[in-house]
Amino acid sequence: MSGTKKETGFSFTIDGVEVTAYAGQTIMEAADEAGVYIPRLCDHQGLRHQGSCRVCTVKAGGRSVAACTQPAAPGQAVENETKHLNKMRRDLVEMLFHEGNHLCPICEASGNCELQAMAYRLDMTETTRFPYLEPCRALDASHPDIALDTNRCISCGRCIRASQDVDGKGIFGYVGRGIHRRVAVNGENLADTDAEVSDHAISREVCPVGCIIRKRVGFVTPIGEREFDNGLIGHEIEEKRK
Amino acid sequence: MENGRSSSGKKDTSVCEIPSVAAGEIAAICKTHGNDKHRMLDILRDVQDRYRCISPSALNRIAEATGLTRIEVEGVASFYSFLSLTPRGRISIRLCDDIVDRYTGLEAVTSVFEEVLGIRVGETSPDGAFSLEYTPCIGMCDQAPAAMINDVVLTKLTVETARHFAKTLKSGQSPEDLISDRFASLTPHERATRMVDNNVRHAGDVLLGPVPEEAGLNHAIGMTPTQIFTAIEESGLRGCGGAGFTTGRKWRFAASERAEQRFVICNADEGEPGTFKDRVLLTERPQLIIEGMTIAARAIGASEGILYLRGEYVYLRELLEQALEERRRRGLLGENILGIRGFNFDVRLQLGAGAYICGEEGALISSCEGLPGEPKTRPPFPVNRGYLGFPTVVNNVETFCHAARILDRGARWFRDIGTEGSHGTKLFSICGDCLNPGIYELPYGHTVWEILERVGGEDAAAVQVGGPSGTMIARDSFHRKLTFDDLATGGAIIVFNGKRNILEIVEYYMSFFVHESCGYCTPCRVGNVFLQKAIRKFRKGLANPEDIEYLKDLSGTIIETSRCGLGMTSPNPVLTTLQNFPLVYAAVTKPNKDGIRDTFNIQSAIDGARKIAKRRSYIFDRDFTQ
Repeated sequence: MSGTKKETGFSFTIDGVEVTAYAGQTIMEAADEAGVYIPRLCDHQGLRHQGSCRVCTVKAGGRSVAACTQPAAPGQAVENETKHLNKMRRDLVEMLFHEGNHLCPICEASGNCELQAMAYRLDMTETTRFPYLEPCRALDASHPDIALDTNRCISCGRCIRASQDVDGKGIFGYVGRGIHRRVAVNGENLADTDAEVSDHAISREVCPVGCIIRKRVGFVTPIGEREFDNGLIGHEIEEKRK
Repeated sequence: MENGRSSSGKKDTSVCEIPSVAAGEIAAICKTHGNDKHRMLDILRDVQDRYRCISPSALNRIAEATGLTRIEVEGVASFYSFLSLTPRGRISIRLCDDIVDRYTGLEAVTSVFEEVLGIRVGETSPDGAFSLEYTPCIGMCDQAPAAMINDVVLTKLTVETARHFAKTLKSGQSPEDLISDRFASLTPHERATRMVDNNVRHAGDVLLGPVPEEAGLNHAIGMTPTQIFTAIEESGLRGCGGAGFTTGRKWRFAASERAEQRFVICNADEGEPGTFKDRVLLTERPQLIIEGMTIAARAIGASEGILYLRGEYVYLRELLEQALEERRRRGLLGENILGIRGFNFDVRLQLGAGAYICGEEGALISSCEGLPGEPKTRPPFPVNRGYLGFPTVVNNVETFCHAARILDRGARWFRDIGTEGSHGTKLFSICGDCLNPGIYELPYGHTVWEILERVGGEDAAAVQVGGPSGTMIARDSFHRKLTFDDLATGGAIIVFNGKRNILEIVEYYMSFFVHESCGYCTPCRVGNVFLQKAIRKFRKGLANPEDIEYLKDLSGTIIETSRCGLGMTSPNPVLTTLQNFPLVYAAVTKPNKDGIRDTFNIQSAIDGARKIAKRRSYIFDRDFTQ
């Protein structure tokens, strides 16, 4: 993450706000510390950066780059909350909605879902233009405590990195290529792996959507009292600056 | 060779279980590759060749031997087109499904194979003898339609030859028998040229004319690394794979990075549809390629190199292995090259397994490391941290050849050929609707017209320069020049006459990119599918004028947010045809006054419900009597 903090900080700007960064920091790491929120889905605190959802695309040095993997550079003027960039981000979020089967009203993650919250933040209020791909992926309910509904998976890979790097297990991985690329488990099904409900990879914070389901706790927190019922996604970072 | 199917006798081709006796064999295969996870592609290729599939139990055994998890092995095995988790036939027939093959009779050839073998494309015969499938461009567009039969290549297929070949295979003869009944006694070069014509139509001074042996390397050993970088820089040489980065600078960057080891990789993963120039260099100039790699190694201080050969060019494997062996024998590879103490360099051949994306240098490095062919996050760049984290120079086959020639003849000589900013000669692979498809080595700077006159393609209506990721131009742009600054190309020039349907070509190219996207990032994985669907809408005549804006808008998002060059160029077939052939789109676009989307088909929308309810609609069923 923030890596080795050297004494020598430097400054750059994000939408005109001066931000301090240290050598080796990415644009997003510096922005988070400074209380500037850059939308993201595949990036998550404590996990390796992957740069795959591209929702954190910003303009730096005239080029569009992923803020989660792009190193901050001294004096650079980074554009973040522009109409153009938010439109691109909305397109990407719409793509993720259309790639899978995201039926918010019947999903137990509704209100806690980062994809849904990102759609609200990016003002995805109109009818979308994209075709629905309507995949048909089998539910894996083999494990006594955990179920997987990969119809809701957005291929962010956070569970893969959490299981590999935090839990030291490697329960999840990507298989396939292109539009057929998806998250799969290390075995015939989830019961075939050493997954436990106490794994970091299984925790509510890691899966941004309703793909990894902890059985029997889905509605312990009622709708209306959930994470994003309290504020827009990213507000806790933005509040640092207020 | 033994059949990988279980002995249950069931005709179920979806399950592939290896008899338990094979456990030791899989362990042995892993052992021949040092149980090294970085050699995963070699291991999986061997298992695939041996058992015609990579079964769940094979995944487990490979994982055990290499210290990986099963899902990691499965991730690699499921990424590459030539690897399969379900059984393929002992003879795997891959028909090249490029647009050029389609225009030269692929459909009729396919029907013949289907008829004789009794299976459809995508199927494996119940006895496990044959599988038939389509594969994207295999680099034979100058002699299409073409096919791969295991490791053998067949070209210029006709209904007659296809029938003969299919029957011969069905009678139990080997794919090699199709080429020659004395295949075993042919040299590797003879085998390669029996299968595939070089089709060199014009040899230039730099690459395909007479080339003295080792002249470049002999000069290089008397020079300091800095002198070599300077010579390559001053020659103006730029990468010939398509991106056009200054070669000398790339080498200098890799050398200036502090590291214990450095690597030189030759990118022979020529996958851009319509490109086949490297095929000819690999066949006719293997020594020059490796000489160029050796010079690069000398300059940057690398002791190991990799020649990454695309899986489709497996028929060149033994030719290249022989070239490497010969160089080792002559003291041109190995330790103390040319008797110079400490000048150590050797090259291993890495075979790909069917993935266009591996032509991208980061993805190519991933593939060499035994991973799925996914591009790497940049920065760091390969020259800083590439193969296994060490500084790595990745250059195209042609680039290495040019480098060797520059060191022989001098930077000035090379710089004086071509135009300002685009120096030297370039190999153009020209195919499609022209009289003389093949390889032309020409200086940069020719106009498209001049090229068309030379190849006998004057009646062209459209020319695809640089393959699908390049530019499709119309006759009003044929005055444009083939240079880095005007029409850049990695070498592909595909000629289309006035009878060809532009939208059909665009749809094909989009389906190619959908097939070849690695799927890592959202815009390329999903956006290209949407583009392909949108083009299909135009072809069906269901598009509105707003759909043209939609195409541009979606293309813009894909280009701007994609992670690597594939997504940054994949909308080009759409965008360049929208720009240069606007009438093609306008002709099939209908404004709709009532605001109802033509793509909404009430019949298919109610079809599911209709089946469940076992009822039909008086209003919407076209023919209620059915």
